Amino acid sequence: MNEALPRAVGTAAANTAPVIALSHVYKRYPGGFEALSDVSLDINSGELVLITGHSGAGKSTLLKLVAAIEFASSGTVIVSGQNLAKLRPAAVPFLRRRFGIVFQDHKMLYDRNVLNNVLLPLQIAGFDARDGVRRARAALDKVGLLGKEKAMPVTLSGGEQQRACIARAVVHRPAVLLADEPTGNLDEAYGHEIIDLFVAFHRVGVTVVIATHDRLIAEQLRTRTIQLVHGRVSDEAA
Amino acid sequence: MKAWLRDHGRATRDALRRLVSTPMASALNVLVIGVALSLPVGVYLAISQLQLFTRQLTGDPQISIFLDLDAGARDADAIEQKLKSEPDVGNYRFVPRSRALAELKRSAGLSDVLDNLKQNPLPDAFVATGVDSRAQTLERLRDAAVQWPKVAHVQLDSEWARRLDAALRLGRTAILILGLLLSSALVAVTFNTIRLQILTRREEIEISKLIGATNPFIRRPFLYFGSLQGLAGGLMAWGVLSVSVFLLNRDLSSLAALYSASVRIAGLRWDDAVSLLMFSALLGWLGAWLSVTRHLWRIEAR
Repeated sequence: MNEALPRAVGTAAANTAPVIALSHVYKRYPGGFEALSDVSLDINSGELVLITGHSGAGKSTLLKLVAAIEFASSGTVIVSGQNLAKLRPAAVPFLRRRFGIVFQDHKMLYDRNVLNNVLLPLQIAGFDARDGVRRARAALDKVGLLGKEKAMPVTLSGGEQQRACIARAVVHRPAVLLADEPTGNLDEAYGHEIIDLFVAFHRVGVTVVIATHDRLIAEQLRTRTIQLVHGRVSDEAA
Repeated sequence: MKAWLRDHGRATRDALRRLVSTPMASALNVLVIGVALSLPVGVYLAISQLQLFTRQLTGDPQISIFLDLDAGARDADAIEQKLKSEPDVGNYRFVPRSRALAELKRSAGLSDVLDNLKQNPLPDAFVATGVDSRAQTLERLRDAAVQWPKVAHVQLDSEWARRLDAALRLGRTAILILGLLLSSALVAVTFNTIRLQILTRREEIEISKLIGATNPFIRRPFLYFGSLQGLAGGLMAWGVLSVSVFLLNRDLSSLAALYSASVRIAGLRWDDAVSLLMFSALLGWLGAWLSVTRHLWRIEAR
């Protein structure tokens, strides 16, 4: 856990090694479909990066490669100095704990209340129960769901479920937040709220990578944007 | 270390909660396991009881030497001399035909019939024990005694007991086989239960893997579930056996009273009961482990 904690903005500039580094990455699926072609990019600690493109452009695949959910067909993916291709399977869970992942479909567990959903990453990391509850409440407070901690996920609106998912993603204080279409299922007003949350986490030093096809977000954020077209980096704007 | 203990606590609570949350299914599983276990253990109890019984009977194996009906006191004296000098003989006593008849009259309630007999049909007899209770000693003695003059018949009293003993050995092998078969049934029950649980909790497993759960973390609650279910089955078997032994003893004591004897079936001893519980928990764990190993790798993070 502790290695995920240092993430002060000030040190980001001094720390030259990128948190995430892809070089000449290809990803082909069985059947020949090439989801990513020759993708090279560096993401530094403390950055807020948008990855845009149409659906099918390879945004989700890129995030999956970074979280070691899938592996590159060729090229190297390096996360915090570790080459993922050389990672032992037993080490994968510990790599994933450095990330907070926000899913488009929020992936809440419907058999337990919001608080217990948010507690899950802490249980996995072996946190003390009382300390865990305190942290989970803090995370729920940040996303504005403190009043709903006892509620079951089905009773929440789409936006609330997404915020609960964000609380779960940040509760173990990851160094990097990965979000795959976080506003995909939400109307515009909710979408703005969610993006504001990501900006708030970015301000306290968390590296944030958001994959989205939503142009409004790009306009709202005005940050470094990597555009993917048919699996290639077509345009990078700061 | 602390985190590790904490996770075991979490896994135990999780397993207990799921055991309780489906009371009917759990109860039926526990019942199946309990019945499957109580059967071989019950037969084992009965057989060890019988074995104890035969050991008491054969504890002092005897040899009976019956003389010819026309043998007189001098013939008996000659045989007594032989018994004295025989190194295989430990102890012996002479049962004269008159005393044998008197005992028969007293014990069998045949006095009317026996009174009508013109002469005593029973022969004089010697009852001897060996210097030791090994079968060879007695067989050697029997073979020697048959050769002696005026000896009509030599009976080795331990023979039937030895046959029973051999039959009990057969029975023991039979329960071993029965036990093995029913144990594998127990493993199969747990295997299937865990398989269903993994299927219904697929989403939870997937998400846990996505947010950094290790395989042991995911496996642990299932292993605890299997062990706890096995343990509960073992307790059930213990309960079934205790109640059965109690009921059987109640009937047996009234039956034994008619024969003015006192026979009791001993229940499961404490150490045996603890072994039974540990064994059933281990079988449950094994079933769960097989199931988790078989099914969990298929659920990968997506």
